[in-house]
Amino acid sequence: MIVSFRLNGQQTTFRFTHPVSLLNVLRNELAAPGAKSSCDQGECGSCSVMLDEELVCSCLVLASDVEGSEVTTVEGVSGPDGQLHPVQRAMHEAGAVQCGFCTPGIVVAAVELFDAEPSPSASRIREALAGNICRCTGYGAIVRSFERLAGREAP
Amino acid sequence: MTSQTGQRLGVTGGVGESTIRPDGVAKLRGEFAYAQDLTAEGMLWAATTRSPHARARIVSIDIAPALAIGGVHAVLTHDDVPGRALFGLEHPDQPVLASEEVRYWGEPVAVVAAEDEHTARLAAAAIEVNYEELEPLVDPEEADRRDDVFRRMTVRRGDPEIRGSVVVEGFYEVGMQDQAPLGTEAGLATPDGHGGVDLYATSQYVHVDHEQVVASLGLRPDQVRAHPVGIGGAFGAREDVNLHIHLCLLALHTNRPVKMVYHRAESFTGHVHRHPARMWFRHEADDDGRLVRVEARILIDGGAYASTTGPVLANACYFAVGPYRCDSVAIEGVGARTNNPPCGAMRGFGAVQACFAHEAQMDRLAQSLGMDPLELRRRNALVTGDIMPTTGQRIETPLPTQEVIDSLAAMPRLDEPPTSDPLQLPGGTGLTSGLEHVRRGVGYALSIKNLGFSEGFDDYAQARVKLTPAGAVVESAAIEVGQGLVTVLAQIARTVLGVSEAEVRHVDTSRIDSAGSTSASRQTQLSGGATREAAERIRAMILEKYAADHLDDEGAWRGEELVVPMSRLATEGWEETVTFRHPPTEAPDENGQGTLHADFAVAGHRAVVDVDAELGLVRVVRVDTAQDVGRALNPEAVRGQIEGGIMQGVGLAIMEELILDEGKMRNATFTDYLLPTILDAPAVEALLIEQDGSWGPFGAKGVGEPPTISSTPAVVAALRAVTGRPLHRVPVRPQDMALESVP
Amino acid sequence: METLYPTTVAEAVEALEAGVTPLAGGTDLMVEVNFGHSRPARVMALRRIDELAEWDEVRIGAGVTWRRIERAGTPRALAQAARTVGSPQIRNAGTLGGNVATASPAGDGLPFLAAVDARIEMQSSAGIRTLPWHEFFTGVKETNLRADELVTAVLLPAELPERQEFAKIGVRNAMVISTVSCVVTRTQSGATTVALGSVAPTCIRARRAEQMISAETDPGPEALEEFARLVAEEISPITDHRSTAEYRRHGAGVLARRLLERCLRDPG
Repeated sequence: MIVSFRLNGQQTTFRFTHPVSLLNVLRNELAAPGAKSSCDQGECGSCSVMLDEELVCSCLVLASDVEGSEVTTVEGVSGPDGQLHPVQRAMHEAGAVQCGFCTPGIVVAAVELFDAEPSPSASRIREALAGNICRCTGYGAIVRSFERLAGREAP
Repeated sequence: MTSQTGQRLGVTGGVGESTIRPDGVAKLRGEFAYAQDLTAEGMLWAATTRSPHARARIVSIDIAPALAIGGVHAVLTHDDVPGRALFGLEHPDQPVLASEEVRYWGEPVAVVAAEDEHTARLAAAAIEVNYEELEPLVDPEEADRRDDVFRRMTVRRGDPEIRGSVVVEGFYEVGMQDQAPLGTEAGLATPDGHGGVDLYATSQYVHVDHEQVVASLGLRPDQVRAHPVGIGGAFGAREDVNLHIHLCLLALHTNRPVKMVYHRAESFTGHVHRHPARMWFRHEADDDGRLVRVEARILIDGGAYASTTGPVLANACYFAVGPYRCDSVAIEGVGARTNNPPCGAMRGFGAVQACFAHEAQMDRLAQSLGMDPLELRRRNALVTGDIMPTTGQRIETPLPTQEVIDSLAAMPRLDEPPTSDPLQLPGGTGLTSGLEHVRRGVGYALSIKNLGFSEGFDDYAQARVKLTPAGAVVESAAIEVGQGLVTVLAQIARTVLGVSEAEVRHVDTSRIDSAGSTSASRQTQLSGGATREAAERIRAMILEKYAADHLDDEGAWRGEELVVPMSRLATEGWEETVTFRHPPTEAPDENGQGTLHADFAVAGHRAVVDVDAELGLVRVVRVDTAQDVGRALNPEAVRGQIEGGIMQGVGLAIMEELILDEGKMRNATFTDYLLPTILDAPAVEALLIEQDGSWGPFGAKGVGEPPTISSTPAVVAALRAVTGRPLHRVPVRPQDMALESVP
Repeated sequence: METLYPTTVAEAVEALEAGVTPLAGGTDLMVEVNFGHSRPARVMALRRIDELAEWDEVRIGAGVTWRRIERAGTPRALAQAARTVGSPQIRNAGTLGGNVATASPAGDGLPFLAAVDARIEMQSSAGIRTLPWHEFFTGVKETNLRADELVTAVLLPAELPERQEFAKIGVRNAMVISTVSCVVTRTQSGATTVALGSVAPTCIRARRAEQMISAETDPGPEALEEFARLVAEEISPITDHRSTAEYRRHGAGVLARRLLERCLRDPG
């Protein structure tokens, strides 16, 4: 069957032949490898995307279930002229990127948070990112970047 | 974060600045290419058939059902390995594909290439392997009794008869930790059309991959090129070959590019782990707390194949005393061979296991003496000019153990009390614990580790520096694992050459000699050393040629006069390739004595924990540290290493363990192998102790491993302070703290 | 592979007749698919059925997500449980109905259903039937749901206990599968229920403990200890890679006692 949806604002279609995740289709069929494949079971957040305005793990979305939906990946969060989203800029400046494998998922999760709440509390920031595992940074620089963006310095 | 010294050397973006990493924007946009993102025209996908048994005889392998599946291009078994049938980092003992016997759960038996990933996995599952199950050997003590070992060693020094007035003796255990890099093993191999192959795969050490691929494929070295690629973390998991030879075999067999990506469960079986350890220690001290004699027996489980069990065991033995003086030492080490998953390198490399034990012993000694634990450590501190208690080596490079202890003692406590916000309490959002259930504890620990490779290994790194119209270019085959080598090599080039534009290019094994492994905290010192020397040679030659005295973005200067502009210098083809070696080390004698190590680093940690002792739940509030860094070339990057390393140390202390049942992993998923989340992350205050004198560039020392080593025992010391329990095993589980007797 | 996108329950149950795998949030089924353990030939995606997301005082639609429950903050103990379900990503996708249909012993939402004696509403083309929770759940990932039925809602009693508290023990402070979870409810008259998860093949109620403590109008420390002891005694936990039977028994008693204390301390 042919599945039709909007990916980062573009009308997109793909052929769906056997049960696979949205993550798999994004990466292998639609040349959108920004979402990363790491745990295949919703326990790391590396594959986070927005599906109809909800933050989800794309590894747990059956690809055909995006029919008629709007999906935004990390490739879609930058501004129209390609400038970094404030979330990306904050992470860049605070040294919140190391190997970078968790980074796209964290960007998408943080964009969702800051779009809803421009100045979240320290606790809100942490709870909103509790589904995104980072193995390199120990989260220190990630926390600092978002506390700065929220208008707070890290304690 | 504060640093004791810190001075800029001229150019912007040079050494000592917290330059922002050049690959950050691509990573933030999702545009950075990792091994799992690579594709090629006409590419096939590969999958691996693995043993479901910890030990079995292979009676037969029927590949016909796999070949019968449409879209399958190749199914290869051990018969299809044209060259050396075995591989291994230290010595080849592991079959590329198992032939007569499988020796661990998950061992590769066959590989498949097919039109797509789905078909490849179906085909891998369709291969019929007939096994005759054999009794696995899973107890390392039993392996020791049967003398089934990879290495036995003895480290013996001083008078064995000497006795102290205070004695503490204990048994300690460390569970099997996994590196769990977020990027699983992945790679792409492309045939070159002339019988050779290009490999783009997750790695920490492309030249050693190259060597092993060449041997097993039976090719000439120039027919294989291993390329550095983007990888999602490493932490030791990528020193050993896993899918590399398989991919090259399949690419040459099918004459098509072939890609393979391990799933998470496969990744857990596809790379080596931190060695589980069982350790007995006996410390004797005099009435003033000075160590008189340390005896230990350290048994580590190497699993089914050697990997780096030998050097991991050696490290555990050499650093068994910690950063303390002692003139009488006897350490026995055993690296057992079992049918458990193979173990090898992980951040801290043997020092982690020993440190957990020696720091528990130091605390018990302090308790027996009624002494402050830091004071006991201060009295025994091993410093520059001292003799290593184990190997007898004189320590020539700076070892600021005293400064580390004093800094830790002087650091402000910053002990804000817990609040009723559940996110700040043990149990977190599970709402298990109220303020009334929580008590706070503090613990300290110190560690010492070698930097670079040891025991006589010819440890070197090559780097090439070029001056081009685009600025300085550093070429290297060293792997950027996320730590920021790509930033720091450019900083070194900028500082030496005085130019603002500098870029690091990762080049393949055919274009440069080895940079060695990105491990042992060695690349900043080794590849950084090569980069510095190459850049310095270029600078010296330019200054000499033009009788100039200064080089910067404008060109070469003689006093106030610009003698040659950069626009011209940049077209003159300046290029230098340097192979940098650290001071030589020697192989140990039969008592483990000798100048075995090139450099050392010490670190200290103070952990503050809130514990709900009744339920055995923990929140690690903060882990503060003082670390010997030589010279911080990029303070923010150092801080990133420290915070990340501490998090892995905290993980080992309270949650990370691969659980085995008769050699089979019970929790090879991220649902059950728990990694700390952002809600488990402690606050970290890091004090960088800078001292000149190490042979690393600008006095830099490696910084990656120390944060992982003593953070674990510091957390456990804090847990002991609250619970009063011995806690002789990590990870500490809720039942270890909450139940009267652990069954 | 075929995917159906029904927009009404009627369409959905009609499709079930013909044999199709229902897909709610995907947080259970997709793990099976990704690991190659499940390869459904026909899937029915449920998230377009608005009826399933309906929610009133006594009926929570099966399609209501954890995120909605967490944000609503009520019913209190269910909302507390919702906050501990997986990650924010999982809570956005996962639904109460999915939790019920999967019937994991560790299902975070299930102790609440047991504690308040909820009923499970199911629909097939033959009509609607309901079962009390304890008849619906029959074992580890086993229920009385028939293949032609869809879980459509959870039915709550008209009056919920004034005081209700949830807690869950896990080794990590977020995104963790419970080793013990517990809900305690208490009415003003003292009627107390205690339900536990992860300590038996299905959620269970500690009836003897309930009986004992319900008779205490103002339970003192001794009564609380006795209550904890009875709870620990009534469960049948196992040892697995997540915890030991002994710890689960201990943790269940402690959690139950603490939650009861909270109920007593905080009069609604």
